[in-house]
Amino acid sequence: MSKSFSTSLLSAAVFAGSFVVAQEPDSGLHPSQILNPIAESWPTYSGDYSGRRYSELNQINQSNVQNLTLAWAARVTAGSNGNPDFVGGYGDGQLFANQTANIRGVVLMVDGILYMSAPDNAWAMDARDGTVLWHYWWKTIGGTHIGNRGMGMWGDYLYLETPDNFLISLDSRTGEERWHTEIASFDEQYFSTPAPVVVDNHVLVGTGNDLDAPGFLQSFDPVTGELQWRFYTVPMKEGDPGLETWGSLDAAQHGGGNPWVPGSYDPETNLYIFGTGEPKPAYFSEPRGDGDALFTCSMIAVNVDTGEMAWYYQTSPNDTHDWDSAQTPILADIEIDGEMRKVAMTAARNGYFFVIDRTNGEHILTSKFSRTANWAYDELNDRGQPVRIPEKDHLIGGSLVSNANQGAANWPPPSFSPDTGLFYVPVAESWAMYYTTETDPRGAMGLGGKREVNAGSDSHLNAIDPVTGETVWSVEYPNGGQLANGILTTAGGLLFAGDRGGNIVARDPANGEVMWHSRLGTVSNAPQTYMLDGQQYLLVAAGDMIYAFTLYQ
Amino acid sequence: MEEKEELVLDFTQQKYGLVTSIKFLYFSILLAASYLLAIPDAQSAEGPPAGGARPPAYPERIVDPDAVERGRELYTTYACSFCHGADTRGGNGGPSLLRSQLVQRDQNGETIATIVRNGVPETQMSAFNLSDQELADLAQFLHSFELNSRDPARFPPETIVVGNAEAGRDFFNQTCAGCHSVNDDLQGVGGRYIDEMELQSNWLMPQEASAVMVTVITQEGDEVTGELARIDEFVMSMTLADGSRRSFRRRGELPKIIINDSLQPHRDLLETYTDTDIHNVTAYLITLQE
Repeated sequence: MSKSFSTSLLSAAVFAGSFVVAQEPDSGLHPSQILNPIAESWPTYSGDYSGRRYSELNQINQSNVQNLTLAWAARVTAGSNGNPDFVGGYGDGQLFANQTANIRGVVLMVDGILYMSAPDNAWAMDARDGTVLWHYWWKTIGGTHIGNRGMGMWGDYLYLETPDNFLISLDSRTGEERWHTEIASFDEQYFSTPAPVVVDNHVLVGTGNDLDAPGFLQSFDPVTGELQWRFYTVPMKEGDPGLETWGSLDAAQHGGGNPWVPGSYDPETNLYIFGTGEPKPAYFSEPRGDGDALFTCSMIAVNVDTGEMAWYYQTSPNDTHDWDSAQTPILADIEIDGEMRKVAMTAARNGYFFVIDRTNGEHILTSKFSRTANWAYDELNDRGQPVRIPEKDHLIGGSLVSNANQGAANWPPPSFSPDTGLFYVPVAESWAMYYTTETDPRGAMGLGGKREVNAGSDSHLNAIDPVTGETVWSVEYPNGGQLANGILTTAGGLLFAGDRGGNIVARDPANGEVMWHSRLGTVSNAPQTYMLDGQQYLLVAAGDMIYAFTLYQ
Repeated sequence: MEEKEELVLDFTQQKYGLVTSIKFLYFSILLAASYLLAIPDAQSAEGPPAGGARPPAYPERIVDPDAVERGRELYTTYACSFCHGADTRGGNGGPSLLRSQLVQRDQNGETIATIVRNGVPETQMSAFNLSDQELADLAQFLHSFELNSRDPARFPPETIVVGNAEAGRDFFNQTCAGCHSVNDDLQGVGGRYIDEMELQSNWLMPQEASAVMVTVITQEGDEVTGELARIDEFVMSMTLADGSRRSFRRRGELPKIIINDSLQPHRDLLETYTDTDIHNVTAYLITLQE
C-alpha cells in the first residue's frame, strides 16, 4: 500500500499523514491520526505507533512539575454492579462477575473522551472531569482473566478482546455493541488480553494460551469484523519456514509463541513489528529437540496488508523458562557509529537488551541488562543471541536461577526519549530454585512439570543507552519485590512511572532524580498524558481508580 | 505465559510420602512396559490446584462415567495406547492426544471421526471403522483426562536430596558457620521438616517473615529503632517496641536510615553458590536429625 505522506513517523515534527484507504470512517478517529507522534490525544496502545511512549507535550515540565496537582479522580465498577448500559456475552453472568476492576492497560483519549477496559468490561469517561459516560459488560464463559491491555479504535468503532476469545466492536458514542466475532478456541484454552492495534483498515489482534498450542496474529476488517489474514508464529505444515528448527511438525504445531502484547508499526515499511511468547512445553525442550524453535521468543515483522513475514530476530533460542519476548518493541532512529539507524529495541524477559535494524531484522547490538541473569553462557553466539546452559533449566535437586519466572522485564511498557536518547525499563533482578517435578521422559504440558521457589527479588527503574547497551542509571526501589509498572517520557524533560511503594513519580530522565510524586496506594498501568482546553493532564490508573493531574496557573 | 502470578509455596499441598513412592513404582512399571500395558485412571493426577481461590478459568469437560468406561475399552481393544500412550500423552511413535487441538475441539466424536475412520496417509495411523456411538464413547474417554496448563507432576522424583553430605559439611563450615551452628540454632534441623524442598528453601532464603530492623537518626540527633514496616523513596515507617507505628518523611539521604536485614548475608551468597554446593549443604543438614 502506498502512503501519501513524506515525513518520518519518528521525526520530531507533528505532521498530518494519511493512508490511501479502501474505506474511511466518516466520524470519530481517522486511522491517519494515529500516524502522528503523541501530543494532544492518545489514540492507540502506545499513544502512537512507535512504542516510544514519548509525548511532545511540554506544558508540564521540569520548572513547574512540583505544582502538579489532582484535577479529578474517578472509580469504575465492573460487572452488573457497574450498572452496564449494554450487556453481551454467552455466560451466566456469575462467572468472574463483579470482580474489582483493575485497569492495567491503555486508556485511549480521543476528542475529549477517555476509553478504558478491564477483563469483560469497557467504559467511556469524560476526560475533563472523570464522569463515566457508559459502561459495557461482557458475560464471560471463562478463560484466564489475568488482565486486559486496553482497546483499539477506528472511526467511532472501539475494539475489545475478551478472556473467552471474542473480539467485540462497540459504538464509541454509546457503548452499544455492533458485533462480536470469535478469534480463538475456548476449548483449546486460548485467552485474549491484548489491546487491538488499528493500522489503516486492519484491526490487529493477538491472543494468549498456556497449553501446548500455536500462537497467531490476526487481522480483522474494522467495519465488518471479517478475518483478513492469520499469521501463525510457528510452522503449521510441511514446507513452512522454521520447521527445520523443531524436532517434528507435531512439536511445531504445538509450539506456543503467542503474541500477547501489542506491537509497533513502521509506516515507512508498512511493517507491524511485535514480539512472541515462549515455546511450549515451556519447561521441557525434549519433545521439540535442540533446535531454536522458531519463531518463538522472537521479534517479528509482518506486512499489515498481507500478513506475510518480512523478517524476524529471535531473542531466546529454544527458551526453557517461560521467558516471553512478547514485549512491545520500541522503534526509533538513533545514531550508531556515525550512521543514523532505523532500529527496533526490546528489553526481553530473559535479561538481555537487543537493538535490531527494523527495516530488515539485522542484529545490531545485544547487552545483558540483568546483572544477575545466570542462565546463559558468558559468550553470545555469532547472531548475538544468548546461549542457554541446560543445567540452568531446572534440576531434581533444584537449580538456582536468575531470574525468577516474572523475568528481568515483562509486559510493563518501556519508553524511549529522543531528548536523552535513553531506553527506560522497569527491571527486577530475582532468584528462584527451579525443581524438575516431572520425571516422565515425555515431559509435561504447558507450564507444568517444574516447581519454582522464590529466593528474593530487587526492583529497579533502569535507563539503557541503546548505542552502547550500557545501563546509564538505575534507581532501586527500596522495598524490592516484583516489577514496577510502565513508563512515560515527555518533551517537558520528565519521566513518569509508578514505583513499588504505590507512588506515581516524576523524574529527570537524564539521571533519575525525583522531581515530584503523589502516593495513590498502587499504580496499575503506564502513565499517559493528553491536552484538553489548553491544559496538559497526566493520567494514571490505580486498580479501579483513574487519576488525572494537571497544573493550575 | 502472561505475567507472573504471585508464587506462594504451600508445602502442605505436596508431600512426597507414601503416595509418591507408590506412584514412582507405578511409573517404573509403566516405563518398563513402554506405556503399553496399564491404562491409568483418568484424572488421577495429583498436585496443587491451579489458580488458587479464583474460579476455574476453563470448566472440566462433562463426562459420562459409563461412556468413559466404554471408550476406555475401545481405546484398549483397538490398541490406540500402543502409539498414543495409555494416558493419551503419546507413546511409541504416535502424537499426544491430550494436547491435540483436534481432540480438544471435539465434542462428541465429530472431529476425531475423520482421522479415526480414514487414518492418516504416510503415517502409522490406519483407519478404524467405528460407529458414531463408539466415536462418542472414545471421545468421552479422551475428554476425561484433565487438560491443565499447570500440568501437575504425575511422576515426581522420590527425593530432591541428591548431594554429598560430607562435601556439604565442609562447605557449611567454611561459609555458614560464621553465623550458624549445628550445635545451636541448627541442632536437629534435619528432623524439623517433612519435606526436603522446604528445608532447602528455608536455609537458602528463610521463608518465614524475618524482622528487618531499622534505625533512624533524626536531624536533632536522636536515634529511633524499630521494625521496618514500609519504605519507599519518600516515607519510611517502623513499628516501635510498644507496638505503635511511627513514620518519617524522607528527603534524599535525610534523615539517615540504617537498615539491618539479617537475611542480607543470605542474599549476598545467592550469587556465589553452585547448584552442587546447595545440594551438598542440604544433604548435610538432613543428617542433623537430633
